[in-house]
Amino acid sequence: MNTADQYLKAIYLVQQIEAGPASTGQLADRLEVSPASVNEMIGKLEERGLVEHEKYKGASVTREGERRATDAIQTYCVLERFLRNVLDVDDFRAEARQLEPVIDDTVADRLDMIIDREPDCPDCFDAEADACGLLEIESD
Amino acid sequence: MSLAARVESDAQLARLLQIGVVLEEVVEVRAHRHYQSLPAAERADAVEDLLDEAVEESAEHRRRLESIIDALDAEEVPVEQIESLVGEQYASTRPENFDGVLYDQLHGEETAYKFYDDLITAVEESDVEFGVDRAHLLETLREIREAEAAGVEAVAKLMEER
Repeated sequence: MNTADQYLKAIYLVQQIEAGPASTGQLADRLEVSPASVNEMIGKLEERGLVEHEKYKGASVTREGERRATDAIQTYCVLERFLRNVLDVDDFRAEARQLEPVIDDTVADRLDMIIDREPDCPDCFDAEADACGLLEIESD
Repeated sequence: MSLAARVESDAQLARLLQIGVVLEEVVEVRAHRHYQSLPAAERADAVEDLLDEAVEESAEHRRRLESIIDALDAEEVPVEQIESLVGEQYASTRPENFDGVLYDQLHGEETAYKFYDDLITAVEESDVEFGVDRAHLLETLREIREAEAAGVEAVAKLMEER
């Protein structure tokens, strides 16, 4: 998943949590990057018609931006479920986050052929936890 | 989290190679099933050869990836389990007609190409010293990527000829 899609996903999820635009600070915290990097990327996404930015309020995804954000969430969900159900990875959530930037959505689509995803995925995504809302990490 | 598309550890490299093994296994099993599902009238030699080669090639790629995974001391992918999962899901994801079979094959090869291409970039972007020889790793991945590109071309050619 490319960097732009990771930003769109983060903006969309912060919007859901805040019920309003995503601020630069919130995005910088969530993505663990500097506020300057966030502002630079928001400018690029705005030029591409994927994000709208209101000064002092924050960024919101456009309809096309939302489509790409939900695709990105789905790619992440496929990865989580694939790691947990097929490769039996205990810390599937942390690994899914590590692998997310390297895995393209076409690859996730292929992996999706062998996992049983819920029909309402990715609507059941837990924005606060930034993870699939249905898969629970087993405690020791 | 990291936004960077680079491989940052042996464990991450092994996991990505395991995903490669799964993609190869999916191509292998689906190609085999496609052939079995073709009506006798559609079983042209050219298609039989193409699917046969796809099965053999994927098996070889899988073995090459597995030998690197082994050298990284990571766990083997449960290939039999993947095979049965692909089989279980095949009924609901199978192509509906002959053109669909070729398209699915094309999509499988294109996906594999994209995966190796991204993985090669992610290894090149990394300055980690891996538990396997970097030059050998990159050479293997590049060779497999080129084979996938040739596979895409072969399927596309066959589709054009129809």
